[in-house]
Amino acid sequence: MKHKTFLWFVLPSATAMLLFIFLPLVSIIIQSVYVSHDQVIITVENCGPFGCRESTMIDQEATEALREGNPLGRFAGATTYLDRGHLAVTEVSEAWSASQNWRDFGSQMLNLPFYKALAFTLTYTFVVTPLVIIFGFMIAVAVNSALKNLRGPLIFISLLPMIINPLVGSLILFWMVDARGIVGAALQEFAGNPNLSIKASTPLMWIMLMVYGVWHSAPFAFIVYYAGLQTVNTETVEAAMIDGASRTQRIRYVVLPHLLPLTTFIALMQLMDNFRVFEPIVSFAASAHATSLSWAIFNDLGGETRQLSSAAATSVLTVAWIIVLLTPVLIRTWRDFGRK
Amino acid sequence: MYIWKKVALTTAFAALSGTTAMAACGIDAGRVSIVGNEFPAIHTVAKGAAACAGDAVDVKSNLTADHQKINVAGMQGNPAEYTTAIIANSSVVTLINEDVVRPLDDLVAAHGADIPKNQLITIDGKIYAVAFMANAQTLAYRADALAKIGMDVPATYEDMLAAAEKMRAMGVAENPVGGAYKAGWNLAEEFVNMYIGHGGEFFTPGTAEVAINNAQGVASLEMMKALTAYMNPDYLTHDSNATNAEMEAGNVMLMNMWGSRMGSLMDDEGAEAMVYENIKVGAPMTVAGGSTPATTLWWDGWSVAKNISDEDATATFIAMKNGTSPSILNDETMSQAVWMIDGYTPAPVNDGVFAAISMNAQPYPMLPFMGLLHTAAGDNIAEFLQGKESAEQALADIEAAYSAAAREKGFLQ
Repeated sequence: MKHKTFLWFVLPSATAMLLFIFLPLVSIIIQSVYVSHDQVIITVENCGPFGCRESTMIDQEATEALREGNPLGRFAGATTYLDRGHLAVTEVSEAWSASQNWRDFGSQMLNLPFYKALAFTLTYTFVVTPLVIIFGFMIAVAVNSALKNLRGPLIFISLLPMIINPLVGSLILFWMVDARGIVGAALQEFAGNPNLSIKASTPLMWIMLMVYGVWHSAPFAFIVYYAGLQTVNTETVEAAMIDGASRTQRIRYVVLPHLLPLTTFIALMQLMDNFRVFEPIVSFAASAHATSLSWAIFNDLGGETRQLSSAAATSVLTVAWIIVLLTPVLIRTWRDFGRK
Repeated sequence: MYIWKKVALTTAFAALSGTTAMAACGIDAGRVSIVGNEFPAIHTVAKGAAACAGDAVDVKSNLTADHQKINVAGMQGNPAEYTTAIIANSSVVTLINEDVVRPLDDLVAAHGADIPKNQLITIDGKIYAVAFMANAQTLAYRADALAKIGMDVPATYEDMLAAAEKMRAMGVAENPVGGAYKAGWNLAEEFVNMYIGHGGEFFTPGTAEVAINNAQGVASLEMMKALTAYMNPDYLTHDSNATNAEMEAGNVMLMNMWGSRMGSLMDDEGAEAMVYENIKVGAPMTVAGGSTPATTLWWDGWSVAKNISDEDATATFIAMKNGTSPSILNDETMSQAVWMIDGYTPAPVNDGVFAAISMNAQPYPMLPFMGLLHTAAGDNIAEFLQGKESAEQALADIEAAYSAAAREKGFLQ
């Protein structure tokens, strides 16, 4: 392809990436190093239907000039990153010196909002991603070996979890696992404990969220693998059959190596997707048991007073973590690319 | 349900604008755009404002439970997308902090001389909002369940615990107590109620220094935990809607609930006759021998955006005044809220809110940094209720989370 043609070819997506990915990224980085100006608090009298009372408010006129001169706020450098809501440097070092053993240190760390969210986010990512790949592959192989006439409907049904909006999908599951829902009641029966409640138990809630994650994302891996299976060289497979290779051996030595680049691709996408787990936590009302980095950002912006700098700092930290997670996969892709 | 409501509302709008195009609101031109919470009383107000729509007057509304996530952003532009926000005592300070609402003194003088003075929300001598209804959380109970165990209507949370124990022991209900204890805003609101009932002060007076890690704070959390022992184990996922559903399903016998929601509990929809006929409204409860009820008084009112033309501001003011005028009261709307409107006659569903007012319940604190404390509390109480940490630790976590947020927002140095 000529350079000029290539340029025109990528221009629309490059523009979109610049506008919707790069500029917002710059914006949150800038936002995260600024905090609000010092507020001048004055005592005033507030009156309403329930009478008058002394109260405090912000002196708008006093802060007006400050805001005019510096609309972004006060430059704070890395302060927001280091405070208790984020990396909590002071609290971590205190916990380190005060704790007797690892267990104690761990529980103190999990009391800090950022590390609590990170613990769940990482667990979720590293449990769900491999399971999605395994289940996706299994469904793809199963559908691929089904009768030709059945494949259409089977593909449609297998894709349903991904087609359903995540919020709706998780709400459906939320009602099913309710103590009076079909899954919840069945579990109570199975465990012989009438008071068993998934929504009241932290470990069960974590498992539920991950089950949801696998259920929702496996179709993605399935459809990619299914497309990949159509390109497997039938001659190689037949040759392997003539050599006496069993079905398992054919999958292990012919199909899997062929699909390896796709596995890298799925791993890459799923690592990114799972690291920003958010919708199920909202739908399952699970924030008492599990929080994620994306949920922390949402929570900062959802209160009556929006904490923009805090949300921006968490966003930048999330981006940083995604870069760390993706680096090994990217290096691998780069090597594969170079080899060819 | 939601779609149904929307359809009904649109039809109502169409009917209204068809019949009342000549409504004498006295607006010639202008744009009115309302953002507010979503419950029956607010729909009534928006409908009343829409009656002012005309050829050159455009009235539209966006009523959603997520209103507070969008109202600031929707009013920061110039011109602002929303010309008025329906707000409560907790959120008016946020809008004032962000400098997106205008003082209404001149508009009140020109067009609102007949608005009763107690409806005007005055902050530092300037009018910022016009209140139209009062709200408070009070007791809702099942009269038949109390009759079965032979106890009076609980007046204190200690009575409530005793009644709950007896109901469980006598098999009236397994989990007789309800409460909107969903982690986040709802849970924090219950803490605010309980802490006020214990006579606590949230801040060192005159400063933004939080001061809740004290004996009252611990006692409040302990009482909340004692109540959760009689709640559905899923209580941390139950908001007001879910708790109401539990009561209508006949599982909950006693709960602390919003006055504005009592109407839907006591009507004949969504429950069996045996349940809804026996649901009664009581006064808010006190706790730990205190005389201040463990609840907060709220008003809902409307404000006018700052970044809009004077013409739009005038149109908005007159339309909203019309939406909260005696003309909106009829048989259907009368029981939707404790209206602060002339011609309002209280219905039994509103007894709780009136009792709260007469018992001198405290209004929800109208402080610029209260929202930050509310968020911090909503994030840190659940771990105590689950038995993962002590009350002192939970309170210390709330204080630390609040302080970090308050430093970022410039309230603390």
